Amino acid sequence: MDLQILLLLGQDGITNGAIYALLALALVLVFAVTRVIFIPQGEFVAYGALTLASLQTGKVPGTIWLLLALGSTVAVLDGYRLLREKRFAKLPPLLIFNVGLPLLAAAGLFAMPPDQLPLWAQAVVAMLLVIPLGPMIYRVAFQPLASASVLVLLIVSIAVHVTLIGLGLLFFGAEGSRTPPFTEISFELAGAPLQGQTILVVVASALLIIGLYFFFERTIYGKALRATAMNRTGARLMGIPPALAGKLCFTLAAAIGAFSGILIAPITTIYYDSGFLIGLKGFVGAIIGGLASYPVAALGALLVGLLESYSSFYASAFKEVIVFTLIIPVLLWRSLTSKHIEEEEE
Amino acid sequence: MSKHPHLHDNEVILDVRGLRVAYGKVEALHGVDLCIRRGQIVTVIGPNGAGKTTLLAALIGLLPATGDIIYMGHPRRHADEVEALVRQGMTLVPEKRELFAEMSVEDNLILGAFDRYRTGHRDQMETMDEVFELFPRLEERRSQLAGTLSGGERQMLAMGRALMAKPKLLMLDEPSLGLAPLIIKEIFRIIAELKQTGVAILLVEQNARAALQIADYGYVLETGEVSLAGPSQELAADPRVIEAYLGLGKKH
Repeated sequence: MDLQILLLLGQDGITNGAIYALLALALVLVFAVTRVIFIPQGEFVAYGALTLASLQTGKVPGTIWLLLALGSTVAVLDGYRLLREKRFAKLPPLLIFNVGLPLLAAAGLFAMPPDQLPLWAQAVVAMLLVIPLGPMIYRVAFQPLASASVLVLLIVSIAVHVTLIGLGLLFFGAEGSRTPPFTEISFELAGAPLQGQTILVVVASALLIIGLYFFFERTIYGKALRATAMNRTGARLMGIPPALAGKLCFTLAAAIGAFSGILIAPITTIYYDSGFLIGLKGFVGAIIGGLASYPVAALGALLVGLLESYSSFYASAFKEVIVFTLIIPVLLWRSLTSKHIEEEEE
Repeated sequence: MSKHPHLHDNEVILDVRGLRVAYGKVEALHGVDLCIRRGQIVTVIGPNGAGKTTLLAALIGLLPATGDIIYMGHPRRHADEVEALVRQGMTLVPEKRELFAEMSVEDNLILGAFDRYRTGHRDQMETMDEVFELFPRLEERRSQLAGTLSGGERQMLAMGRALMAKPKLLMLDEPSLGLAPLIIKEIFRIIAELKQTGVAILLVEQNARAALQIADYGYVLETGEVSLAGPSQELAADPRVIEAYLGLGKKH
C-alpha cells in the first residue's frame, strides 16, 4: 500500500469515525441519564438523511405523518393528566407544541414545493421534522417505564427500533438515496484528493462536540442533565424531574442523529435500514468508553471508523466482522480491569 | 432565607395527621401526627429503625403515604411528586447527602437553585453569597469537586445546596451522622442560626442531646409511632427520655 492509498483510507476512516463519535456521545448521554440503551439512535441518522432526500426530490417526506401521529399521542396522554389534575394553564403550550406546530409544518410542506428551497434551508427543515420525534418517542415509549430495569428498557428500545425501520420502509421506500454534496471544493494532500465534504463533516462534528461540551459545562440545564446521570435522587430533590431530563437528552440524541444523517447523506447511499449498522458502530465506540466516558467513547468511535476503512481495503468481505469483533477484546479488558457495579435499584 | 413579613408569625407550615407509610405489606409508620410552625425548629428523635427517615421520605414525596398532610394551609395532593413539593418550598437534606460527586461545590450549589431558575428567578449568585456567609468553608472550596470534600464539608454543602432553593420548610435527616464532635457543634450552631431567617426546620436526629438543645419542640418516634411529644425542654427533663436517649448521669 502506498502513502496515497493510506491517506485516502485514513480520510475515509476519520470522516466515518467523526460521525460514529457523534453517535457514541449521544448513546452515552442517553444511557447515563435514562439508563436506556438507545438502539434506535441510528434510525435518526437514516430519517435525517432520507427526509432531506425526499425534500430534494420535491416530495413531502413521510416523517411528517409520524410527527403528527406521535404529537397527537403525546397531547392526548399529557392532556388527559392535565385535565384530571385541573392544570388548564399548561394545556395551550402542550397543544401548540405537539399538534399545532406539526400541523403548521404539514401545511407548509404541502403549500410550498420544498425542492425550491436552497440546500441549507432543506437541511434545516429536515432537522426540524426529525428532532421533535426524539422527545415524543421518549414520552410515549420510555417515560411510563422510567423506573423499569435496564433490560426492560432495552427491550422497548428494540421495539422502537423495529417500528422505526418498518415505518422508514413505508415512508421512504426500499430505494436508497444520496443527496448532492454541500460543497464541491477539493484539495490535494500529498497526492491524495481531499474532499471538501470530508473537511465539512470533521469540522461540523468537532463544532457540535464543542457546543455540547459548553452546554454540559456552562448551562444550568446541561448541569442538570449531568446531575441526573450522577445521582437521580439528589437531582429530584433539587426539583429536576427525571422526565424533563429524559426529554432533554432524547432531544439532543435526535438532533445529533439527524445532524449526522444530513452530514453523511452526500457521502454514502442511505437506505431506510442503514441507520442500524451506523448506530451500532457508534455503539461499539460507546462500549469502548464503558457507556460512561465521553472522550473515550469519541476516540473509540474514531478508531472504529479507521479500522473499518482499512479493513475494507484489506479484507473487504470481512469489514463488518472485524469492526464488531473489536468489541470482544475491549469487553474482556473492561471486565477484567473494572469492578462490577450492581445496577442501582430505586 | 428571606423573611416573609406577610405571613403570620405563628403560622402553621406543616400539619401532619395520621400519616401511614407501608413498604409492601409491612407498615413502617402507623399514623404519625406532627406540626411545625414558622420559624420553629422541630426535632424528631428516636432509635435506629423507628421510621425517622421514612417519615421524611414520605413528606417530600419520595414514598407514597396515606393520611393528611397540610402544607402552608393547603392539603397536599397525593399526586404531587418531589418536584412539585420543591417548587412549593419544601426541601430535604437527605441522610446520604446525595451530592453530585463529580461536580464542583459551586455547580452543586447552582443546581440547588435549579427550580428557581426554571421558574424565572435569576438571583442564584446572590443566594450563593448568602450561603457562603453561613458556610465560609464552602467558599474556600468552591471549585473543588464535591466528592473530594470531608464529611463535615459534605454536610455543609448538602445544607447549602438545599438553602439555594430558598425553602420555607427545611428538613434535615441526621445532619450529625458520621461527623466529629467539633463539626457537629458547628453544624448545630448554623441550624440554630438558620432559625433566625424564619425558615421552619424539621430536624431528624439520633443525637438527641444536641437536637433537643436547639429545638423548640420535639417528638420521640419509636417503632413507627410517636411515643412522646412536647416542648424540647420538657422532653429533655423527662425521665423516660433521659434514660433512653440522653444517657444516665450525664448533664445536658
